[in-house]
Amino acid sequence: MEYSEKVVEHYTNPRNVGKIEEASGVGEVGNPVCGDIMKMFIKVENNVIVDVKFKTFGCGAAIATSSISTEMIKGKTLEEALQLKNTDVVNSLGGLPPVKLHCSVLAEEAICEAIADYYRKEGKLSEEEIKEKCNLKENHCEGCGM
Amino acid sequence: MKTIYLDNSATTKTDEEVVKAMLPYLSQSYGNPSSIYKLGRENRKAIEETRNQVAKALNCETNEIYFTAGGSESDNTAIRGIAHSYQSKGNHIITSKIEHPAVLETCKQLEKEGFEVTYLGVDKNGIVDLAELKKVIKPTTTLITIMFANNEIGTIEPIKEIGEIAKKNNIFFHTDAVQAVGSVKIDVKALNIDALSLSAHKFYGPKGIGALYVRKGVRFDKFIQGGHQERNKRAGTENVPGIVGLGKAIEMAYESLENHNQKIAKLRDYYVEQVEKKIPYIRINGDRENRLPGNSNISFRFIEGEGLLLNLDLKGICASSGSACTSGSLDPSHVLLAIRSTT
Repeated sequence: MEYSEKVVEHYTNPRNVGKIEEASGVGEVGNPVCGDIMKMFIKVENNVIVDVKFKTFGCGAAIATSSISTEMIKGKTLEEALQLKNTDVVNSLGGLPPVKLHCSVLAEEAICEAIADYYRKEGKLSEEEIKEKCNLKENHCEGCGM
Repeated sequence: MKTIYLDNSATTKTDEEVVKAMLPYLSQSYGNPSSIYKLGRENRKAIEETRNQVAKALNCETNEIYFTAGGSESDNTAIRGIAHSYQSKGNHIITSKIEHPAVLETCKQLEKEGFEVTYLGVDKNGIVDLAELKKVIKPTTTLITIMFANNEIGTIEPIKEIGEIAKKNNIFFHTDAVQAVGSVKIDVKALNIDALSLSAHKFYGPKGIGALYVRKGVRFDKFIQGGHQERNKRAGTENVPGIVGLGKAIEMAYESLENHNQKIAKLRDYYVEQVEKKIPYIRINGDRENRLPGNSNISFRFIEGEGLLLNLDLKGICASSGSACTSGSLDPSHVLLAIRSTT
């Protein structure tokens, strides 16, 4: 198994690790059975993600994808952040080994869940609307089917 | 940065003496061993000398040794070859849950081909349950295949007892000894072993070369069709440099077995002792007594395996979290699952 230099760099020096005490939204995805759990905290002001932090228990790919996706959504509007696809995350990391691709899906979904949590707290949208807007899925981890 | 290689269960560094023995067969002595002129004959002689070295190490006859491309091929050949040859007698095979994939996957394939396979459980140290073994034997059982020593947790199985049970019940006994050869003294006659797999790169020999011992009188189907090589069992021009390297490596391993084992076990014990002293929430896996000298398998609670390996790699330390043959999979180790399910 070979990781790109960028993956190793993000794994050894992850950005935005930690938690936000008064987060506007929190998303948690994954399952301990497959080994990866990802928790994403966002701070939203005027529809813009002004701060983001994460906590991930998982492999090198899970940590690197969490790290780079926090960089990719910081300063973006919620709509822009929701546009982030797992393929964008993989590309900006210089690729991932095939068995690790599901980790990038996890990062994308953690962001969606955090934004959905924000919308729920805000209370303006119905659950149906949130589900559609944030593209929420029932099964989280495609890699292990959990 | 200095590289600290702690992954000798995955593979070992080819010994310089072994490389030296191989070199002439990679250059000036290039003849085909099946050719009748001198250049060919000297290659044939080198092969037969190695067969002798391997037979001596295992205490068997030279014509009971077949060269293969490695441990996996030896396992495949022995299990498939014996199972199919004796299919008219029965279709039941007994193995364990903690075998190497080369054995487990071969058994799974045989199940698809109509064979019945029993996968024996192991105790919390990874030792197969002999009472269960006796219980599951049926009139249709033709083959027992149990590894000599486990590649992940280092536990050495009760091979002598299994050999006795097999002999008493008139069942063939194959053992995957890939991880044991070079670390444990093996006498196939005394242990009633009918077939045994070994691989050179586990004992400071080259990669891509192995051997299979099959006791005279035990039938097994040929694995590779073609020429007459290896007494018509394994076609293809012989890997002469590899074979010579295997011979040199096995000879050296058994010449210095006790000294080497003592030195390695002492280092291993020091490591385990320090980890136990300095790191909380650990569990040492495998049997403390019946264990390969160079093996240590430790679970660190709350620590993700791959993360630990990546951090060790950054410090130049090579280790693994399971078999290299399963590293493409994300599933937890089938060996650790098997020993955990009994605790």
